[in-house]
Amino acid sequence: MTDITIHYSYIIIIILLAIGLYGMLGKRNLIKKCIGLTIFQTAIFLFFIEGGLKDGGTVPVIDPSLGVEAINYINPLPHVMILTAIVVSTATTGVAMALLLKIYRKYNSLEEDVIMERMKE
Amino acid sequence: MVTTSYMPLAAILISLVAIIFIIALSKKPNLREAVTILAAIGKLAIILSMLPAVLDSRYPALNLIDLAPGIQFALKVDEAGMIFALLASALWLVTSFYSIGYMRKLDEKRQTRFYASFALCLSSTIGIAFSANLFTFYIFFEVLTIATYPLVTHEGTEEALKAGRKYLAYLLTGGVVLLAAIVYTYQITGTLDFQAGGILSTDTLPFQIAILFSLFVVGFGFKSAIMPLHSWLPSAMVAPTPVSALLHAVAVVKAGVFGMIRAVGFILGPETINSLGLSGILSIAAGITIIVASLLAFHQDNLKLRLAYSTIGHLSYIILGVSLLSQAGWTGGVMHMFNHGVMKITLFLCAGAIFVAHRYTNISQLNGIGRKMPITMAAFTIASLGLAGIPPIAGFVSKFLIVQGTMDNEQFVYAAVILLSGLLNAGYFFPIVYRAFFKKPASGGGVKEAPYLMLIPIVVTGALSLLLGIFPNAIFNLYDLASSVAQLVMGGL
Amino acid sequence: MIEHLPALIPVSLILFAFLAGFLRLVNPRLSRYSAILGALTAFVFSIVVTIDVLKNGSISYHFGNWPPPYGIEFVLDTLTCFMVLVITGIGSTLLMFPTKPGFMIDEQQQSPLYTLVLLLLTGLCGMVLSGDLFNVYVFMEISSLTTFALVSLGGPKAAVASFRYLIMASIGACCYLLGLGFIFFTVGSVNMADVLQLLPAVYDSPSIIGGALLMITGLGLKMALFPFHTWLPDAHSYAPPIVAALLAAVQIETSAYIAIRLLLNVFTPALMSDLLPITQIIGWLGAAGIIFGSVMAIAQTNFKRMLAYSTVAQVGFVTLGLGLANPLGMVGGILHILAHALMKSCLFLVAGSISHHSGITNIQDFQGLGRRMPWTMAAFTVAALSMIGIPPTAGFFSKWYLLLGSLDNNNWVFLVVILASTLLNAIYFFRLIEKIYSPGDAQVEAGTQSKDLPKNMLVPIIILAVAILLMGAVSVWLVNNLLMPVVGGL
Repeated sequence: MTDITIHYSYIIIIILLAIGLYGMLGKRNLIKKCIGLTIFQTAIFLFFIEGGLKDGGTVPVIDPSLGVEAINYINPLPHVMILTAIVVSTATTGVAMALLLKIYRKYNSLEEDVIMERMKE
Repeated sequence: MVTTSYMPLAAILISLVAIIFIIALSKKPNLREAVTILAAIGKLAIILSMLPAVLDSRYPALNLIDLAPGIQFALKVDEAGMIFALLASALWLVTSFYSIGYMRKLDEKRQTRFYASFALCLSSTIGIAFSANLFTFYIFFEVLTIATYPLVTHEGTEEALKAGRKYLAYLLTGGVVLLAAIVYTYQITGTLDFQAGGILSTDTLPFQIAILFSLFVVGFGFKSAIMPLHSWLPSAMVAPTPVSALLHAVAVVKAGVFGMIRAVGFILGPETINSLGLSGILSIAAGITIIVASLLAFHQDNLKLRLAYSTIGHLSYIILGVSLLSQAGWTGGVMHMFNHGVMKITLFLCAGAIFVAHRYTNISQLNGIGRKMPITMAAFTIASLGLAGIPPIAGFVSKFLIVQGTMDNEQFVYAAVILLSGLLNAGYFFPIVYRAFFKKPASGGGVKEAPYLMLIPIVVTGALSLLLGIFPNAIFNLYDLASSVAQLVMGGL
Repeated sequence: MIEHLPALIPVSLILFAFLAGFLRLVNPRLSRYSAILGALTAFVFSIVVTIDVLKNGSISYHFGNWPPPYGIEFVLDTLTCFMVLVITGIGSTLLMFPTKPGFMIDEQQQSPLYTLVLLLLTGLCGMVLSGDLFNVYVFMEISSLTTFALVSLGGPKAAVASFRYLIMASIGACCYLLGLGFIFFTVGSVNMADVLQLLPAVYDSPSIIGGALLMITGLGLKMALFPFHTWLPDAHSYAPPIVAALLAAVQIETSAYIAIRLLLNVFTPALMSDLLPITQIIGWLGAAGIIFGSVMAIAQTNFKRMLAYSTVAQVGFVTLGLGLANPLGMVGGILHILAHALMKSCLFLVAGSISHHSGITNIQDFQGLGRRMPWTMAAFTVAALSMIGIPPTAGFFSKWYLLLGSLDNNNWVFLVVILASTLLNAIYFFRLIEKIYSPGDAQVEAGTQSKDLPKNMLVPIIILAVAILLMGAVSVWLVNNLLMPVVGGL
């Protein structure tokens, strides 16, 4: 049991992933799908950040009192990767919004089933 | 002994190049037809020029580029290939003249497509004849299927399109099965080159041989119209008669049979087949086809359909001869490939002439046609006598050798089959001859033959059937070539 | 300069992308020319780099002179060269097709079209060249974002399709990223060569298995592996022709290529078959995709939709080759990337030309087109024969290697699947060929004389058709020099 409580963050991440996935696949409203996507991506970012943590490590800026031992600082690489991934996620959301605008202008709705109906006409 | 030469390639390419000119000259029919004739003459000349070398066992060969690691695009002219090539190119020349007459008299549409497709078909046929390995063979084999499709559906009617679909379905399936056979062969032996006597080593396991054998037989069986894979052939009779004549009596079906010859003699090898008794299966299938096809021929009132079933029967003569695994059987079978082609094409050309001159398609309409078309029906008679196996016409020689082959192996059943089929042949041909000459015609009128362009080819092929019966080695050294093939393949046994 | 070429390929494409963007403000036509110029430049660079790699062996390019695994690395071996050649070559040829019929958009319209296309090519080249896993993700997303925008150019329906595609592609990318995270945290590095060395020490751990699975799933979503293919038919059929061609011919194949790379050079097959029969699963999914795609294609009446389902089937071939995990099978799969790129591009360009020229999109209306558009239909026939797999066209050669590979594994089912696909493809393509070459409607024929496409539309189509015919002759050289060195070691 104690093992699980130590890794509580991963459980939260899994829950977030599940929520995000449900949002993308289960919801009919297109905006809710976008939200689901964002939640899904955020969960992954949290995963990376969590994975980079070290017990007793501090912010990866060299502190004269701690010296240059790498073991004292948490790993900056995941953070860097996630920065890039966040940018990607933002861009994706932007493009998604642009698409939704186009869809709304033509079909006047953002509900998937309504749009499918109107597409058939 | 193999000598490098560009002649085999030239023989294939000459009609490919002709296609470009045929399409370019589509608005000038006379020039366009001249291109076809020139290409046909050229092709025959090139092939004939290689005949002395082949008879001397100096095989012209050419290795071009690699097509896959270890497999080249390779051509080689050996005796078997020479026979097939001679058949196809000589008859193309004859049929080209005939087609000009036929298409013009009937004022057919889309003639450019017709002549261009024909040229492509002949290129692929010669390619099949001259392939040195299975890979090259397969390329030309499939191109032949595709190239003949526009010819089968030429009329553009719903019936023609249906026949085309059936044609493709059958032949492409055969191609696919053949591909499986080729891939498997390559995996087992590591080579695809044709070699007299087979390329399978003694380590090949029996089940592998059995699978290979079945795949090859089925794969080639479609084009060779073994029953029950034959029904595309009668449907394809909806094509214009020159197509039926050259392609479905000579090129496409003989390509299938030639493939069978290559598979049995040059890939699998008589020894391997004999060791498992597989040849018996092939003989049975061939025997059944011969009888059933001959019986079915009786029922057909449409002349071309009767000829189609007759073709199916005679193709299995060749396969039977080859499956008997005796030298005489092989010689006879291979010779029959040529002889049957010449005789059958005569019959088809006559059918087309009758259609063009009088618009008759059914045998019941042919009362007294002999008086109106004496020359045509004379040729018809000669050719049918030959197919029935009556000397001194070509068919007798090859049939005799096949029967001798059955005797060599003491397979008397098959001797009986052939003799029976000879009677059946007579049974379905002679009534036509009788009707033509001895019954009163429905309408009056004097002699009205087809135009000269069509008549002369008929005379040529009819005379050739007679000539080859009396002198089997005339012009083409057919008997020598065929017995060399038999010798090479069966030499070991 | 030669040593900087690996970086120059994507960099030059980006530069030209922005150039095209600026020039559009001046004159849209200039934008198109600069795009063609950019793609051709990249193609020339790829050729030079290939020659170099053939002579001197693999190149490893370190950005900023930071040695790996600290820095970002571009790795070029012969297989990479092959892919870059395909991407830039097909890209240049497709860009030669005029704007209006190709993108369904007026030249004067305000959309940074060619910028997007060049950025797509950048992303693809970058994916292929990357030497570390995260870089692949970045470039993958660059290319995907551009495709979302490009697909939506086809109209409102295309926008809906593009949105669906966006959701699924992003799930895929995120799965890939998540898997990457697993690997990274277990092994400590993202550099491909590094991971290859470090993996055997830890390959027992469940996180490696999970990571590998996630990455492959992510890539599977991107390349429309059955059953993740559902976004493809809509996206490809509504997208403008050149976009559909680019997607089907290059983008999907590149995702497949990354999967191949992963399985070859990071998770070696020897490793994988111990842990988890991933290659088996992928192979079977590929086979299922082939059958499913071909059968669905037969059922379609819209020409582009038929081609889209056919793409699902063709990707199945690549994954089948991957799933065989032996040299011949892999060679077949990779060669099929090239063959499919040529065939599908040609077919989509034909589709675009026909719908632009005569407004025809349904296969029923193809009747009699053979007379009216002889050259176009000739190219179509060549491409169709290649899809079926008739020698001597390109499609036959990749099938040959796949068949040999299946036999090597004694996998009769795959053999039958590949052969069956020949017949299935023949059904829907010959149905069209029959229609095309039979006599058309007399009225329509009388109205439009033999009005084939204008030269500028025909040129790329004919180039592709000729390439299909010639690929067979070239294939041996490609296999021996570019593919076997990398794959042969299996």
